[in-house]
Amino acid sequence: MNVTTERKMSGSNLPTPTIIGAEGSRVVRAGFIPLVDASVLIAAAEFGFAEREGLRLDLVRDVSWANVRDRLAFRQFDVAHMLSPMPVASMLGLGSNPSPTITPFSLGRGGNAITLSTRLFARMQSAASLADGAGAMAHARALAQVIAEMKAAGEAPLTLGMTYPFSSHNYEFRYWLAAGGIDPDTEVRLVVVPPPMTSDALAAGAIDGFCVGAPWNMVASERGVGRIVAAKQDIWPSAPEKVLAMRPEWAESRPETVSRLLVALDAAARWCDDPENHGDLAAVLADPRSIGAPVDIIRHVLSGEFSLDAHGNRRVIEKYFTFHAQYAGYPRPSHALWIYSQMIRWGQVAYSEEGMAAAARAYRPDLYRTALGADAAPIDDDFRIEGDRSGDSFMDGHVFDPRKLEEYVRQFPVASPRIDRQSRGPDFD
Amino acid sequence: MSAAELAILVIDENAIRASIIEEGLREAGHARVTVIHEVNGVARIIETLQPDVIIIDIENPNRDMMEHLFQLTRTVSRPIAMFVDRSDTASIEAAVDAGVSAYIVDGLRKERVKSILDMAVSRFNAFSRLQRELADARSALEERKLVERAKGILMKMRGLSEEEAFALLRQSAMNEKKKMADIAQSIVTAARLLL
Repeated sequence: MNVTTERKMSGSNLPTPTIIGAEGSRVVRAGFIPLVDASVLIAAAEFGFAEREGLRLDLVRDVSWANVRDRLAFRQFDVAHMLSPMPVASMLGLGSNPSPTITPFSLGRGGNAITLSTRLFARMQSAASLADGAGAMAHARALAQVIAEMKAAGEAPLTLGMTYPFSSHNYEFRYWLAAGGIDPDTEVRLVVVPPPMTSDALAAGAIDGFCVGAPWNMVASERGVGRIVAAKQDIWPSAPEKVLAMRPEWAESRPETVSRLLVALDAAARWCDDPENHGDLAAVLADPRSIGAPVDIIRHVLSGEFSLDAHGNRRVIEKYFTFHAQYAGYPRPSHALWIYSQMIRWGQVAYSEEGMAAAARAYRPDLYRTALGADAAPIDDDFRIEGDRSGDSFMDGHVFDPRKLEEYVRQFPVASPRIDRQSRGPDFD
Repeated sequence: MSAAELAILVIDENAIRASIIEEGLREAGHARVTVIHEVNGVARIIETLQPDVIIIDIENPNRDMMEHLFQLTRTVSRPIAMFVDRSDTASIEAAVDAGVSAYIVDGLRKERVKSILDMAVSRFNAFSRLQRELADARSALEERKLVERAKGILMKMRGLSEEEAFALLRQSAMNEKKKMADIAQSIVTAARLLL
């Protein structure tokens, strides 16, 4: 395994292409968090894709997104596995250490799910007489019913876990709750729980549910402590997930390294998509130095075979993970703006023209095209309308037009009351 | 920021290390130091304490929880993540290597915080050194025990004196370019298998 700083990749004594030499070291240090959506980075380091491009990818496992952000900002990492909202937040100056961060490559789609405690789910079943195969929307509405009951009975509000204030999990959990009619800011308590601790926290009753990436939902359902009630695909199939992040100045000073890295990651992503390679990939991911979860669970996760609970209720989610197909690696600026729209919706930032521009600057399709060629990029508009194609709609039927972002944010019946307060003045905060 | 005494919050799951840091801060004249070992209830503590500086172990995954807290509670004036001086790469590296991260209330004078962070870094390092020394001492003790047992086996099996047994062990270690403890380990294992 090549996931610690000490261990070097086998075969790293291959000749170094001279062109990289001009840009200094051919070693790229990459920080990552133990999640299945770090697959493309891990595969690139582990199965020779980086090496083929004359790079040595040194992976460093980290414990928190805050660490990953800081260590990228402070040049301890050259690149990093990051939540897609993190570069957007950085460009908007949000968070406790906003330092310019861009992404020229997306590490794939899918992987998240929402899991509730089995006890809470049983309550939803009886409150709403849920059918066995009920969908994400029915589950959200059933939860709303339980929450109303709890409020009436004077019970304490539910505590739900997610991973980071600027995370797909935060926005997806909120999207799902709000679609069911639940106000995520006033009717439940959202807290942050580190992904590897979610299953234990649920078992201990510290939280009543969580939204997190793979494999942690399945870990909880197989243990019998949780029931998966919605997958990312149910909320919005195209929803952005993890990205490859870097400092703009690093990218500018070593364009050849960036291009080679993207070529390596693109090849690795294609490899990760092929079910024939899932056995090898799962074995490497299961290693404690990358994720450290049972290899069987990771195999199931990769193929989208879900155990919804410990009673054998299963569901196969087509394309639960897409690493390469359908331009999964392309950093779509419309995604950056959708993330921005959710930040506004939940009162993290105010809408402004400058904010629009800053959010869009976080995504760099130009670097992607330079590295991989125009053929590797989709032909549709970078600021395309989202959620209007069949098989790619939002769970509540809304359609996102990046050009009408402000209008879009105001369409939602459930949103932060801060929206109105913020839009009046730019200097909230 | 006034020159009033700084309120410092130390979050460290390792109680021994936390007390070493606390002691260092107090020695440096900081009286308003609070130490907690777990993050449960940290929100309330931050609200009442209004810390100017928060020191947290970099290996603590709950840093992400802190980030969320700062987003929610706008009572604390905007905290910024660690490192006094962004351009000071050496001290950034020293902090990360030592395992220190910190949050500092925006606007605090750099010089006031730098000494605190430097102190935290050196105490973290001192703690790691202590742990390493302890581990070394433990393994030295283990090795000595192993050599004693191997010596005993050689004395019994080969009818050697204690000095001869020791000399034989040392010579074999030199010949094979191994540590004496490794040779001793193989003798003990072999004896267990063969006898």
